[in-house]
Amino acid sequence: MENKTLKKIDLIFAGYTSTKYKVLEKTFQKTPDEIINEVLDSGLKGRGGAGFPTGLKWKFTKNQESDVKYVVCNADEGEPGTFKDREILERVPRKVFSGMAICGRAIGAKEGYLYLRGEYTYLVPSLLKEIEIFEEYSKQYNYGFKIFIRLGSGAYICGEESALFESMEGKRGEPRNKPPYPTVSGYNSKPTVINNVETFATVQVICKIGAQEYKKLGTTDSRGSKLFSVSGDTPIAGIHELELGMPLQEFVDEFGDGDTKAVQVGGASGHCVPRKQFNQTVIGFEGIPTGGSMMVFNSSRSMYNVLHDYLEFFTEESCGQCTPCRVGCQQLLKGIEAVKRGERPPSYLEDLKRLAQTMKIAAKCGLGQSVANPFNSIIDNFREEIIY
Amino acid sequence: MSKYLVNLKINNIPVSVEEGTTILDAAKQLNFKIPTLCNHPDLSIAGNCRVCVVEVKGQRLLAASCATPVSEGMEISTNSEKVRSSRKHVIELLLSEHNADCTKCYKNGNCELQELSNEYRVGDHLFLDLVRAKDKIVDISSPSIAKDDSKCIRCQRCVRTCDELQAVGALAVVHKGDHQKISTFLNKPLNEVVCTNCGQCINRCPTAALTERNYIEEVWNAINNPEIHVVVQTAPAVRVGLGEDLGLEPGHRVTGKMVAALKHLGFDSVLDTDFTADLTIMEEGTELLTRLKKALVDGEKVALPMMTSCSPGWIKFQEHIYPNLLENLSTCKSPQQMFGALAKTYYAQKKGLNPKNMISVSIMPCTAKKFECDRPEMRSSGFQDVDYVLTTRELARMIKQAGIDFEKLHDENYDSILGESTGAAVIFGATGGVMEAALRTAYEIVTGREVPFTNLNILPARGMQGVKEASVRINNVLPQWSFLEGVELNVAIAHGLANAKVLMDAVSAGTANYHFIEVMACPGGCIGGGGQPIPTSPEIRKKRADAIYSEDEHMTLRKSHENPEVQQIYKDFLHEPLGHKSHDLLHTHYKARKRY
Repeated sequence: MENKTLKKIDLIFAGYTSTKYKVLEKTFQKTPDEIINEVLDSGLKGRGGAGFPTGLKWKFTKNQESDVKYVVCNADEGEPGTFKDREILERVPRKVFSGMAICGRAIGAKEGYLYLRGEYTYLVPSLLKEIEIFEEYSKQYNYGFKIFIRLGSGAYICGEESALFESMEGKRGEPRNKPPYPTVSGYNSKPTVINNVETFATVQVICKIGAQEYKKLGTTDSRGSKLFSVSGDTPIAGIHELELGMPLQEFVDEFGDGDTKAVQVGGASGHCVPRKQFNQTVIGFEGIPTGGSMMVFNSSRSMYNVLHDYLEFFTEESCGQCTPCRVGCQQLLKGIEAVKRGERPPSYLEDLKRLAQTMKIAAKCGLGQSVANPFNSIIDNFREEIIY
Repeated sequence: MSKYLVNLKINNIPVSVEEGTTILDAAKQLNFKIPTLCNHPDLSIAGNCRVCVVEVKGQRLLAASCATPVSEGMEISTNSEKVRSSRKHVIELLLSEHNADCTKCYKNGNCELQELSNEYRVGDHLFLDLVRAKDKIVDISSPSIAKDDSKCIRCQRCVRTCDELQAVGALAVVHKGDHQKISTFLNKPLNEVVCTNCGQCINRCPTAALTERNYIEEVWNAINNPEIHVVVQTAPAVRVGLGEDLGLEPGHRVTGKMVAALKHLGFDSVLDTDFTADLTIMEEGTELLTRLKKALVDGEKVALPMMTSCSPGWIKFQEHIYPNLLENLSTCKSPQQMFGALAKTYYAQKKGLNPKNMISVSIMPCTAKKFECDRPEMRSSGFQDVDYVLTTRELARMIKQAGIDFEKLHDENYDSILGESTGAAVIFGATGGVMEAALRTAYEIVTGREVPFTNLNILPARGMQGVKEASVRINNVLPQWSFLEGVELNVAIAHGLANAKVLMDAVSAGTANYHFIEVMACPGGCIGGGGQPIPTSPEIRKKRADAIYSEDEHMTLRKSHENPEVQQIYKDFLHEPLGHKSHDLLHTHYKARKRY
């Protein structure tokens, strides 16, 4: 393991000067392949949480033969405990649009869409203003890339990329069967790159400072830095950019209130790490990856209530399409209630863990597949709190 | 375009299949059965029930075999430990939200979920019961279809049916998560939405969430009332479907046994809708020739193309979706309703019966006919012309209840009057049949010669393409039809309302050049009707259609105008097609309906 320590970084929000879209002039002197190689070289992995190598995604999409391709920015930031994309769009939207335009140039797309979660509608006027500025530049330098905004309506599932496309197409937001993947058939069944807001902003950073400089940060598996949405029992809740690869213990030392008993890494669909594992847990793709959500719990919190809240959330936010997720979430929720009330024996938790395991491998999309993460990690580490 | 072959292994057995084949179909080629629920041969792939998951070597996730195409070198296990335990979980989960009152259920014994639950021996109540009391309130607002949400397993086959096959969209998925369900626009009852009552959703529902409204007890009561004279009519398609619900393979013709069974059940008179199918040809054929004359000779503005009106699902579709084209519909009632009107008038007179003491029952491959017989327009006899409509499935159930050994029955003949028919009438049961029957008669009326097709078989009208077109040039006409000399008669045929929509859009846009259009609401025509035995598939419907055409070939008379009872009724009662009496009893009108 590479020994990293907690290090605060300032890349995403830094250097936002009046020289607009300067990075595009520089980047567009390169060929599409050079751009993709730069992104590949940086080691950038998707900042939404799943961590697919961004450059690879772009390469796959570029290699598809199609007259029409799309760039889609996933701004449906719906993971409980995540609020960094909102901040990026509020403070540095230009970086996001730059990243999208760079992607469009790299893969041969003429249109980019920002899919904005319904709760962020208030950002639309300022984003439209920025789009206007972007289009002036676009025209001036003949980039030929246009950016549009599409609004979600508040469903968590529409952050799942294929459900997001369905929603953009005016249909009910339900995940599609995969394959085909978006790189082959995405929005309007055309090859599409879909990346998180922070990913596009980071692309702008990489193109500005260069991959060589960027990859000095982080570890082999987790290059660079990323934004963390820190919330819960912490005196300094908010958004913090940190280098990837730090031990969780250092994070807790910095952000905890001295009484931290667990950290939920990666939002409701992430993993719950108990105090005894803080030391050996690395935050990054080699350890526990996160889309940025870090929820800190101190000893006053009931982990039964935490799990119950998460399960209520998933029960409500499952699209309801596939059996393991629709019914599985309900059974996990009602199941822990039944154990708590003594209507089912504690051993029923093992049955429920087996169910969660089925959901992990048999559900249609990431929503149902990831419910096992919080479920198993909370049950395993806080079993007494669930039963008694 | 030739396709690449993909090599893979399923349960260690190598197989080569065409690129694009799903794992499910590849496994079928090796005779490995993978259970499915949301999958249906008539519908697009959903991949949502997850019963068909299989393990692909090297992949963390199980793959839904119905939705995953094969790829080179795949190694698949259809029955590994992971697969078995996941599949069992999925079945148990479905049962936990399913109102499993199987012994009392209408679909007991013909339920795909029950079958799977039996196969996997799911019986230990692993999970908690999630059925909600409010979901047990069955929507019986429609006279045709009952919707029971507590039986629904959310496979969305009904939604895809309504959307893809029928282009109606009466059923849709609403809400999400634990509140997700199949519902209608604004959750309105089925009788207040665009539902055409076609019943195709019933045919594809794996459980009893969607069933026909059944009127078996009402019919038994009528039969058992000695004061009441009960007549029964049987539609063309019933005779090639009924056997499937009574232990026979698809494609059996059971006309004689069906008649025998109906007599055993105690109906006072067993008659044939085929008779009024022949009559429909006389009326509708004349109507078409009249419209053509008005258009070609008198220069009058008449609605062309004329469209058939036998299929009540299609009629309601037009009333909702294309009210602008209602004038184009033939004013002829459907054969069922012509029969009903004549049963309580002509038949009653001939038999010396008081129609007040008659109950008229029809056996139909159709659920929309249940709605149709209830329409206020369908009371020309002074009474409700047809009192009860039973589906093919309901008749099979009555036969079982009566303890009749169907296969051992000896063939019997229809009673008279209203029991005589021709081959032209029986083919009404398959898509293109009405068109073929109409052409056989109209061509001969106009030219004095038989249609120029070998053995009267108008092959362009047959088959399962969604939209069929044909042209017949009319030459050497009889003197009174001189205005049709040299006219090229263009006809089109559609089955399944999504196909009908294609034609209607073309007609509305003025880009269609047809004189006559036949539409049947259901895929394959009435043989694929919403009241026919379950399951249905393209293969099953093909077999039923083949049986229909074989029935036609075996008839002595194969042209509607040659039906002696038809000739008789014009002599004794109706006098002439489109005459005064016909107008009163055999024709109707339509009303525009809103989409919501």
